[in-house]
Amino acid sequence: MSAFAQTQTNETFVLNLGPQHPATHGVLRVKLVMDGEYIVDAEPVLGYIHRMHEKMGENRTWAQFMPNTGRMDYLHALAYNHGYVSVVERAAGIEVPERAEYLRVITTELNRISSHLLWFGAFVLDLGGFSPLLYAFDDREQILDLLESVTGSRLTYCYFRFGGVYNDIDENFAAGARAFIKRLRERMPMYHALVTKNIILMKRLQEIGPISEEMCRKYGATGPVARGSGINFDVRKHEPYSIYPELRFDVPVYTEGDSMARYMVRMDEIEQSMRIVEQALDKLPEGPVMAAKAPKIIKPAKGDYYHAVETARGSFGVRVVSDGSNTPYRLKLRSPTFSNLSLFGEACRGMLLPDALALMGSLDLVIPEIDR
Amino acid sequence: MSLHPEVIRLLIFLVGIIAFAALNAAYLVWLERKEAGHIQRRIGPKEVGPFGLLQPLADGIKLMTKQLIVPAGVDPILFKIAPILVMVPAIMSFVTIPYGENLVARNIDIGLLMIFAFASVNVLGLLLGAWGSRNKYAVISAARVVSQNVAYEIPMLITVVTLVMITGTMNLHEIVMQQQGGFWNWNILNLAASPLMPVAFLIFFVCMLAETNRAPFDMAEAESELIAGAFTEYPGMGFGVFFMGEYANIVIGASVATILFLGGWQCPFGLFPGVHWFLLKMYFLIFTVIWIRWTYPRTTFYSLLNLSWKILIPISFFNLILTSAMIKVF
Amino acid sequence: MKLNAIKQALAVIAPEALAEAEHAKKGALLDVTVSATQVVEAVSVLDKEGFFIEAITGVDWLGEKENAHKDAVAAAKKKAQDAGKAAAKKVADAGGDEEAQKAAQKEAEAGVAIPAAPVEPFSEEMEVVYDFNNFAEFCRVVLRTRVPRSNPEVPTISHIYPGANWHERETHDFFGIKFVGHPYLAPLLLPEDADFHPLKKDFHV
Repeated sequence: MSAFAQTQTNETFVLNLGPQHPATHGVLRVKLVMDGEYIVDAEPVLGYIHRMHEKMGENRTWAQFMPNTGRMDYLHALAYNHGYVSVVERAAGIEVPERAEYLRVITTELNRISSHLLWFGAFVLDLGGFSPLLYAFDDREQILDLLESVTGSRLTYCYFRFGGVYNDIDENFAAGARAFIKRLRERMPMYHALVTKNIILMKRLQEIGPISEEMCRKYGATGPVARGSGINFDVRKHEPYSIYPELRFDVPVYTEGDSMARYMVRMDEIEQSMRIVEQALDKLPEGPVMAAKAPKIIKPAKGDYYHAVETARGSFGVRVVSDGSNTPYRLKLRSPTFSNLSLFGEACRGMLLPDALALMGSLDLVIPEIDR
Repeated sequence: MSLHPEVIRLLIFLVGIIAFAALNAAYLVWLERKEAGHIQRRIGPKEVGPFGLLQPLADGIKLMTKQLIVPAGVDPILFKIAPILVMVPAIMSFVTIPYGENLVARNIDIGLLMIFAFASVNVLGLLLGAWGSRNKYAVISAARVVSQNVAYEIPMLITVVTLVMITGTMNLHEIVMQQQGGFWNWNILNLAASPLMPVAFLIFFVCMLAETNRAPFDMAEAESELIAGAFTEYPGMGFGVFFMGEYANIVIGASVATILFLGGWQCPFGLFPGVHWFLLKMYFLIFTVIWIRWTYPRTTFYSLLNLSWKILIPISFFNLILTSAMIKVF
Repeated sequence: MKLNAIKQALAVIAPEALAEAEHAKKGALLDVTVSATQVVEAVSVLDKEGFFIEAITGVDWLGEKENAHKDAVAAAKKKAQDAGKAAAKKVADAGGDEEAQKAAQKEAEAGVAIPAAPVEPFSEEMEVVYDFNNFAEFCRVVLRTRVPRSNPEVPTISHIYPGANWHERETHDFFGIKFVGHPYLAPLLLPEDADFHPLKKDFHV
């Protein structure tokens, strides 16, 4: 990059990347100031799919906001369900039966695998490799079928309830989940052989788009982005919630901080999520899936409450302020990609356009979740 | 008044060449989609006609009935002339390619030179189209295409020079005739001339991928970076002609590789030489090109240039020197 | 322990503002309320201790004082009623007649003071909430500051945490809170010509 600094002149131009551009996976717009193919400055422009979920939350009852949570991060909707029900349960002091927590973890982790699979396909697509996408979709389809059988929907789930979940699983689901894990375990080596160890892919990702630990801290980046920069931070371990303390799993951490590290973190997370689902299925206790004493009308005590969960993209936090009525007084949604994307402007400075797009892909952006 | 038989022959060949180029362009799209489909665990086109065989026809009708929009602000002349500048040289190159012993429009002594001369015009077409579109993505794409083609023409031509030194002629017909007999006589296995001949073929093949802007070197289009690169602003048949030109170039690249290295219409075992062998080899190469496209991700622009300047050019130079030394010694 | 370290460090700035929270109930470990002028100082301390920024947001407390007064009045009235009833019952138990009971009830009710309405003009307030957390060890610190609703201004912290840039822009979008010294306080999520602040309580759709 030093050669670039020397030849830099004032002959720059502005390139509009988006809001309709194949690499931005949605309606994100990035205003790039370019010097040839070098990026001098980048400014993401947000808000194209802003829906003001937080205002919606103030205008409906606590329970009525549930469907909204599935429509922010549409790839890992169940984690958003989980974050919201957890904070309301914390505020209203609702106990959740153990079986329900197990079901929440099983479905959330399956959803995490599906999210990572889709990211994997879309990321390689960003790099110009089309075929892995369809293989990943093939696997993802199995998860969607499984989740559809229990939650009733395929993408924007609204499965959790205050005090439990809405539907119990049956034998077919457990058998199907186990069969799927067996199948995906067999296919992971294929993905690694065909994609991870591909020389072109390695050259495009290694040492490209470095993000330092300090940068993650200053920008509040979490999730695989932070873990790819050597930060051992996973809300499931860090601030344990639900039944995660009872399950054994590792948090993959890579110290390189480049796009490859973020790629590897997500690929390893798929394996860890499979471990979690298996253990949870083994340990699944009998019992009700809904708390018997769960109130029909929620009126949490005055005060404000926070709860964070780990989604596929990082730490998602909900802060609710209750005034004791049946609607939230204030609802703050802290979405992980909002922070993750905010470092893009600094991280891609001085990079070449294709590398910057690889970096953007490795951040795993879901635009509705950034814009909320 | 009667026409000279040579004129009639040329007219027939001209019609044949254009038909061959257009048919190939149409059906290579079908092949590409089918092959991609099977690589990706799906079937590919199947609705239009048996095995989707009429799909290219439907696509063609769709492209032709689309409105030809000339966006505001473009250079209208360059914008319209560019697709033609890509298509015409490709068709011209077909003139000298001998598909069979007598199946050649014009057997020219400098056939090889002519093909490479026309192949360079294709770049100009892309550049003018991109420049005329006045689209930033297109201009970036044009800059990439030009530097990529300059970089890859060098190792390709050095390899060809090596080959011309061995064969001693630029007449494509003669080059094929020299490879008579069996596959051990093909230039790719002509180890007596240079032990690096298989490597030379590889270099030629890689350069051909780069010259025709095929994945993993499809910098010019790079749909996830530059949307559609030089073709971003082109609607309907303007885009269609670019597309046909691209496929025609692939056919030419594969044909030249077949002639130079794989013995043209010669049979691998010395039996029944003929056009069928040529087509078999050529389509196998094209199949491989498509296969590569749907398997590998795209390289970056600078690693592409690095590959050419730092690896391919030194190797091809070494091969050139080795070959000339061996010709001198033996 | 991060918590102790940060408590000590923050105690220097605002000794009476620290409140430990119970994680299981609130989700945070430390709740700190500082004045707007102390924000930068407090954030610098958090930065020095290696905290990362989670979010910045606002809460509009429009009508807070009125509501609090209404609640207090309602509570006092209920208390008076209870006291009156109890006094009446006492008299009745002692054998007093109905009039004596009523008199006792009135007396007891008058004994409970009804809180006075807040003196106008009182200042309505908005709150800015900063969430910080630590990568090494769980330690969520909530930093709060109150600003007058008529002129909501807080110094920016985007020079300490560049990640705060977007969070502050978002908070400005939603609440109209000005972050003094912010390099580019243009609408982030709202349209670029937006002149409304949808999360203000007096904004109605």
